[in-house]
Amino acid sequence: MQSSLEHKVSPAAAVNEEAMPAHQRGLIVGLVAVLLIAPFLVYPIFAMKVLCFALFASAFNLLLGYVGLLSFGHAAFFGMASYTSAHAAKIWGVTPELAILLGAMVAAGLGLVFGALAIRRQGIYFAMITLALAQMVYFFALQIPFTGGEDGIQAVPRGHLFGFINLANDLTLYYVVAAIFLIGFLLIYRIIHSPFGHVLKAIRENETRAISLGYSVNRYKLVVFLLSATLAGVAGATKAIVFQLASLTDVHWTMSGEVVLMTLIGGVGTIIGPFVGALIVLSIVNYLAGFGAWVTVIEGVWFVACVLLFRHGIIGVLSSWLRKPL
Amino acid sequence: MLSISTNALFGQLLLGLINGAFYAVLSLGLAVIFGLLNIINFAHGALYMMGAFVAWMLLNYLGLGYWSALIIAPLLVGLVGIVIERTMIARLYRLDHLYGLLLTFGLALIIEGLFRHRFGVSGLPYVIPKELSGGYNIGFMYLPLYRAWVIVASLVVCLATWYVIDHTKLGSYLRAATENPELVGAFGINVPRLITLTYGFGVGLAAFAGVLAAPIYSVNPVMGANLIIVVFAVVVIGGMGSILGSIVTGFGLGLVEGLTKVFYPEAASTVIFVIMAVVLLIRPLGLFGKAA
Repeated sequence: MQSSLEHKVSPAAAVNEEAMPAHQRGLIVGLVAVLLIAPFLVYPIFAMKVLCFALFASAFNLLLGYVGLLSFGHAAFFGMASYTSAHAAKIWGVTPELAILLGAMVAAGLGLVFGALAIRRQGIYFAMITLALAQMVYFFALQIPFTGGEDGIQAVPRGHLFGFINLANDLTLYYVVAAIFLIGFLLIYRIIHSPFGHVLKAIRENETRAISLGYSVNRYKLVVFLLSATLAGVAGATKAIVFQLASLTDVHWTMSGEVVLMTLIGGVGTIIGPFVGALIVLSIVNYLAGFGAWVTVIEGVWFVACVLLFRHGIIGVLSSWLRKPL
Repeated sequence: MLSISTNALFGQLLLGLINGAFYAVLSLGLAVIFGLLNIINFAHGALYMMGAFVAWMLLNYLGLGYWSALIIAPLLVGLVGIVIERTMIARLYRLDHLYGLLLTFGLALIIEGLFRHRFGVSGLPYVIPKELSGGYNIGFMYLPLYRAWVIVASLVVCLATWYVIDHTKLGSYLRAATENPELVGAFGINVPRLITLTYGFGVGLAAFAGVLAAPIYSVNPVMGANLIIVVFAVVVIGGMGSILGSIVTGFGLGLVEGLTKVFYPEAASTVIFVIMAVVLLIRPLGLFGKAA
């Protein structure tokens, strides 16, 4: 099974990527500008939600877009990190940055176990295995007392960053979340454009050939799975602090489906696509919040439409128009 | 451990066997579809649920009882499957298989969302047909007739499917098309039609299981969603290489789950996933899997 998700990011993708191309530098500057002014354009809470999910989707995209591995179990990392950071902040009373760090570590541990098991199979089996393992984590979260079962962990204190920056103010918290997102985003950008990232793309394009060239493909897959899980954990842990809540929704398979959808709409294998996808999906969900089951139907329709009509996503299409990788 | 009465033990084992019957029928359908179409049908759980709802609707809107539902529901849902295959899945055969998974995931969301919108999530009752109500005391346990029927009916359907695929001319076309569709097409066999009918058949199997399940569990829009994830684990454990393998794995894992419910109930919902992890460590291709 060599075929990975079909990638057509335009021929420009093949040019030297070592130095950051001008349009990508522009893209990142533009992103920073958007991050700076966003809280004055939309509700800061909504902006923070978008950023958490954008980081989550970017982490997922690192796996699907650049190695061709479809994980249907990313909710496990997001959710368990969310529970851990909520528990640490509320019960142990640690500062928010430590709570997020602890959450990320739990996600990393889970990612190591999931990754080691799932990379033993490829393609469709990989997706089924990650989904099944995540479902196991869901049942675990449902039964174990520390998650608070159906109630979740509520009223998590936002606390003081580093012990002295009060995060009770939405705007202060927003800039902290924006910084976390930006660090994660740039880290992913750096990974993709590193020699390590090039090997990942080689695995995506032709795994057998990468093996025959002497790369220990499984070790690469495991490392990138670990990175993706950890970053998904950072997103989940941050989300728990922002919304002061960790609940079963965060570990449920629908959450895994949502992050797949965000990446698909934005553009699999594009840098900025997951961000755009998260923004679109969350706007739709926000807008349709009162419509109950219709939200599920509309998400399903988006899935079908994406697969049948625009497989490269919004940014993917834009990217081939401009003949530049975005 | 000794304090557990034999009645409770066999009761749980019976429940386990029933779950196993559903695992077997559903994973069999997944395996048949995967063999020919190379896609994993994420909508399988939703179509199983649709089968149960069609039975309920036939009874409540048209007054058609269980026995006619057992035939009509799989046909109707199979027809829905054929439409889905012709209009959507058929466009994906030249693409990566992951797209098939994503498409059918979307379809599952649509189907479930629509039923949830119409019927809510509380579940609707479906009465056991009177021919199969009641039960017998068979010495060591009380055997409800309907549950025995579910196991027998699933087993018969599974074995009939195996017989058709392994021992008939139609089955030999199917197996040949799985190996090499171009060559089979060159012999004048209409492979696309074979693919469409296979998908319809696999989906019909799911609907059949749904009708069987209707009187046991209440008819509920979310009944398929959780089941399908367990069935995925069953498929990973068994490997999709062999029809009989799928049947044995399905029933076997149902029994294991039933036993876990007796001896360590906390782990009952996760035991199959744990087994999957162990199988991946020891035999990544699955118990009956063959290298691709």
